[in-house]
Parts: sequence; structure tokens; C-alpha cells
Amino acid sequence: MAALGRAALLLSFGLVVYALVGGSIAAAKRRRRLALSAQNALLASFATTLVAAGVLWAALARHDFSFVYVAEHTNIQLPLGYRLSAFWGGQEGSLLLWLLVLSGYSALAVWLNRRTRELMAWVVPVLAGVATFFAFMLCFVSSPFGTAPAPADGAGMVPSLQNPYMLAHPPLLYLGYVGLTIPFAFAMGALLSRRTDERWIVATRRWTLSAWMFLGVGQLIGAHWAYVEIGWGGYYAWDPVENAALMPWLAATAFLHSVMIQEKRGMLKVWNMVLVSLAFLLSIFGTFLTRSGVINSIHSFSQSPIGGWFLGFIIICTVFAVGLIYLRLPLLRARTKLESLVSREATFLYNNLLLVALCLTILWGVMYPLLSQAVRGETRSVSKPYYDFFLHTFGLPLLLLMGIGPLVAWRRASLRALGKTFLIPLAAAIVTGGVLIGLGFDSSWPGLLAYTFSAFVAASIVFEFVRGTRATGSLFRLIGKNRRRYGGYIVHAAILLLAIGIAGSSAYQTVRERGLHVGQSLELAGTTLTYEGLQTRQTANAVETRAVVKATRGNSTVATLHPGKNLYPVTPLGPQTSNEVSIYHDPRNLGDLFLIADQIDRNGTLYLKALVKPLVNLIWAAGFLFLFGSLVAMWPDAVEQRRLAERYAAAPA
Amino acid sequence: MTLALVLGAGLALAVVFFVARPFLREPAPTSDVLDEPSELERRRLELVEERDRALAALKELEFDHRTGKVTDDDYREQVGPLRRSAAAALRALELRAEATHERIPSGR
Repeated sequence: MAALGRAALLLSFGLVVYALVGGSIAAAKRRRRLALSAQNALLASFATTLVAAGVLWAALARHDFSFVYVAEHTNIQLPLGYRLSAFWGGQEGSLLLWLLVLSGYSALAVWLNRRTRELMAWVVPVLAGVATFFAFMLCFVSSPFGTAPAPADGAGMVPSLQNPYMLAHPPLLYLGYVGLTIPFAFAMGALLSRRTDERWIVATRRWTLSAWMFLGVGQLIGAHWAYVEIGWGGYYAWDPVENAALMPWLAATAFLHSVMIQEKRGMLKVWNMVLVSLAFLLSIFGTFLTRSGVINSIHSFSQSPIGGWFLGFIIICTVFAVGLIYLRLPLLRARTKLESLVSREATFLYNNLLLVALCLTILWGVMYPLLSQAVRGETRSVSKPYYDFFLHTFGLPLLLLMGIGPLVAWRRASLRALGKTFLIPLAAAIVTGGVLIGLGFDSSWPGLLAYTFSAFVAASIVFEFVRGTRATGSLFRLIGKNRRRYGGYIVHAAILLLAIGIAGSSAYQTVRERGLHVGQSLELAGTTLTYEGLQTRQTANAVETRAVVKATRGNSTVATLHPGKNLYPVTPLGPQTSNEVSIYHDPRNLGDLFLIADQIDRNGTLYLKALVKPLVNLIWAAGFLFLFGSLVAMWPDAVEQRRLAERYAAAPA
Repeated sequence: MTLALVLGAGLALAVVFFVARPFLREPAPTSDVLDEPSELERRRLELVEERDRALAALKELEFDHRTGKVTDDDYREQVGPLRRSAAAALRALELRAEATHERIPSGR
């Protein structure tokens, strides 16, 4: 069946090349049937890519080791769920997932906007251009359908990927990465067709929001995976591949805010084009970092020759986007100006500058090892203090702005109005800061500032909901009539929880570590941890060793924890051992007691690392609130839909 | 292998047919030109967007005033120019609609 997979991919390649070339000719020469034919080619490419994906999934499910990809990433013992997830466990499968999601999204975008032919005429070749690159890679550089005589068993899967979170984390990230192609294609389509109206923004509003939501949720799931699976006691290590997902999310966050200014005031048209292009380019860059193995990362599971191709593609896309924006600058001139530096749109601008500054400093940190290698011939990496410094420098003011923005009116705000709206949030912040200093939280200034600003933001959000509910008479009516605004505030509340969780679990965490013999104890933040012995058991694909550690406070047992190690005898990298952490969720501080068996000696000595991470569970709770707020913000509003449909009704179909 | 070839060939035939469909359905169309908005249409869209922006800004100002975010003085100062710009956009649209006998899309 590998031949069918190869044939389906070749068909996909042919179709997207046709959509690119035919679509460009149709749009340039205004040929209606050719434009429709190019659209159909893009739709059909989804079907052919789906067939290719089906062939690979079937091979994974059936242990068909004649597929080199199946033999390299799975083995007989691997459970079905992980076998199917091996689809995105390797480079070739990941590229196929990219093309599958892109062709699926493209088909959906073409179908939803089938009446907007004039704009779609240029959107189709842009989408097809991106798809052509991935189809080319899959057909000629990195095919998942290579075959060889089947070995008796496969090489297995990297142990850290054998985790339920890995069933969801990569696909969600890809849904986010690839989703950013759609607003980029519409923006470029608008520029190519010389459209100066906001149709492209209206058409891509939900695409951007959903891509941003998938990226956000995907990153949080990835952070939780790192927390429970990697076994170092944290959830985010500023790893290049983690940063690769954060950067497009930051750019998309800036775009989601600044595009509102274009909608409301007709300003920042050039800036929005730059941001939507930046978000897209960073999503390709993220895939490049993850899959090329060009930078050492715990997440880049392979070294491969695709780096050069990706780099070339990124350069082509950058030149295309920058050149097109430059050529169309006269069409993008704003007709209105910022009326005051104290206005809602001004706070959005400040937010944008901080988000982009944070994004670019992270980009610099990620690229520095590559640049130092290229320029000086030696690899110098950028470590945590660099990122922490810029997170504090740009992140804390961003947090504060999240509270200031909702309190400031559009266009301009007088001092009197500001005094009135700032009073309660400011009082909440001052009281919180004072109490925290009194309680000794000034041991960490970033932590103290984060909590104080969080109090300000929380009061501002609550205040906004209370005043709005009073004005409309009902909370549901308030949210129902302003879904984007209040959905956005719910997302702000989620970011607030995230900030509190991060501050608590990083600035105020407690760590102890020491070697223990059976019967010995370790004291940590009022909890006694007693090592009671070892347990070992054999599972389908691993030997599991667990230490039994009893946690007690005073005379009462809080929990019995089982940190340990798994030995995986069959993996693509040879026998591998993984850290298996044990966590007790402590309802007293909404945090975790986190145990790591750093080392277990043959004589049974346990080198235990124990952490108390206050408020860490707020980070995961933030994920649910973030998802809910995003869904509220993107939920269709029938009145708004009707109005927009009427607005564009008279445009050519 | 044979089955794969048959399936691949079937898939290829199906997609070729689907891609060629616009030409098969209309082998000799009266017009094969892809419509694009005229200058007049582009101007109409600009005016509709301007009108919608002005109406949305008015609505926003009213709401912010009701919630106390905008003081009475600020409200009085800002509402006039916003109403004027909304009225100007509406007037321009009406004049255009009268000249071309078209319906103005609702702004609500």
C-alpha cells in the first residue's frame, strides 16, 4: 500500500502546483473558470492527502514494518494509541500532518468563502504556494512511504513520547501553526487584489482566533507534558522548540489586538499586515526548529537534512510578504490618527510593542546559537536568565496593561474619568502589595510585582463585568451582545491565573534534595517525606521501578508517592531510562508536592529531589478558562453575521 | 501492488474530473471574466465601513457612558463629532444609492 500513499502524495503535489500556477494566471488574467478549477484543485488536494494519511495510519495500526517509517518509530509492544500517534512522532509523519491540516483548512476556507471569488482568486494561489512546499518535501525529500524488507520488530518509540499528552499536544500545535497560514493567505490575497476594505479581516477573524487558541492550549498541554514526563520539576525551560511555539502565539496575540484598532478606527493597516506575516513566518520557523534538529532541544527528536529547504522557504516567504507590503504601501495609508496617548487604542499599541519586543527578544535568543556558530564557529547558547530578564521587563508591564486597557475609553480619556475607573483596581493593588510585603513575599520582587499587578487586573476585570451587568441588567445579555469583548476579558482572566501560577510556582517554590536509605526522611516546607522501599514491575514495553515515599504532616499521612524510573529496552535510540515523577496535588496552596527519583542505586539508595510548587495548578486551570473565553469570543453572533453579509452582498460574487 | 495501482488510478481520474469540472460544465461560456469590484463598488464598501465604524463608536461611547467609564463632560464633547461623521457617511451612501438606485445595507 506504500505505492498508494506515494501516488496520493504525488497527486497532492500536482494539484497544489496546478492551484498555484493556474490560480495565479486566473487571478492575474481574470479568468473565471480557471480560478474555479484552481479552487477545485485545492479542494481535491485535501482528499488525496487524506488518502496518503490513511495509508500511513493503516500501516501504523497493522504493524507493517515494510514501511521504514513504521519500523523506525514503533514496535510490536507499543499500544495502538501510541502507534497511531507515531504519525507525528517522526519528521516525515509531521510533514504529512502539516500538509493534511493545511489542505483541510484550505478546503474549508475555500468552501466557506466560495461566494467571495474575487478575493479568493488570489488567496488560492497563496495557500497553494505554501502547500506546494510541503507536498514537495514529502514527495522528493522526506517521504513517509519509503519501504524496505520488513524487520521482525520495529525500533520502538522514544519513551518521553509514550505519554497520553503526546496524543494531543503535537496535533494541537499543528492546528495552531497551520491555522496561521489562512489569515496570512487572505492578507496577501487582499494585497494582491489591491483590496483596501476589511473583508479579509472579517473572513479570517475566527481563523486567527482558533489558530491562536489551538496554539495556546497546545502549549499548555505541552507544558503539562514536560511537567509530568521530563522529570526536572518545571514546565517551561525556554527550550528552543518551546519558544518556537510561543513566538507565533505572541505575534498572533499582538495581531488579534491591533486588528481591532483597524476595525474600529481604520488605523494600523500596515502594522497588521506585518504582524499577520510575522505570525505565519514564525509558525514555519517553529516547524523548522522542531523538525530540522538544527538546534539541540529535548523536543527535536531527529537530525535531518530538511533544514536548508525550510530556510529557503522562509526566505522566499519573507521576501514575498515584505515586498508585497512595500509595493502596496500607498493603499494601506490610514485616514485617521491616534487622538490621544491615553486611550484604549493607545493601550493596545503599547501592548503590541511589548508583545513584539518580547517575541523578538525570544527570537534573538533562539537564533543566537545558530548565528554564533555561523559567525564565530562556536555554539553559544542563551540560557534562562536572559529569557527571565526579558519576561520580567516586557511581561510585567504587559500584565499591568491587561488591567489598564479595559478601564480606558476609546479615542481619549480624561483624567477625571481615569481617576474614577482606576480607584478600585488601584486600591486593590496597593492593599495586596502591602499585605504581601507584610507576609514576606518581597523575597522575590518579580513575584511580588506579578501578584500586585494581578490584583489590579483582577479588580479591573471584575469591575468591568459588574458595571456592564448593571448597565445591561443581565450578565448573559452583557456577554451575549459583546462576545468578543467579554470573551476577551475571560481570556484575560485566564492569563491572570497563568501569571499567578507561574509567579507562585517559580518565585516561591521550595526545593530539597538528598540521598535516602530505606527508613530515612527528608523535611520540606512542613512535610516529612519518608522513604519506605522499592517496588519493581514489568509492563508490556518497560520495566518500572518505583520508590515508596510517605508524606506526613505531624501525625497524619498526607499521601503515599511513587517516584521512580522506567527502563525501555526497545527504543530508536537503544535502551532508554526515563524519570517518572510522582505528584501530590495539595489543596492547601493549590500547588504540588513534586517528587523526582534523581537516582536509584543498586543497593536501594534513593537520591530524592522534592519540590513544593505553590499555585502551580492555577496554570492548568487557566487552560480551561482560556479555552472557554476563546470559544465565547469566537462564537458566531447572528446579528453581526447578518450585518456583515449585507455589507458585502453587493460585491462581485 | 495491483490494488494500490488501481486505487491510485481511480483517485487520479476522480481528481482530474473534479478539477476540470468548471470547463466541462461550461465548455463555451458567454463570459469567462472573473468579476472584480469597480471603483464605484470599492467606494461604496469604504463608505459602508466608515458608517459602521462611526455607528459602532457611537454605540461604544453610549455604553461606556452608561457604565461610568466616560464622564458626562467627555460624553458631550465626543458624541457630536461621532454623530457628524456617522451622518456624513450615511449621507454619502444615500446620495450614491439615489444615483445608482441601489439598496443601502443595514448598519445594525
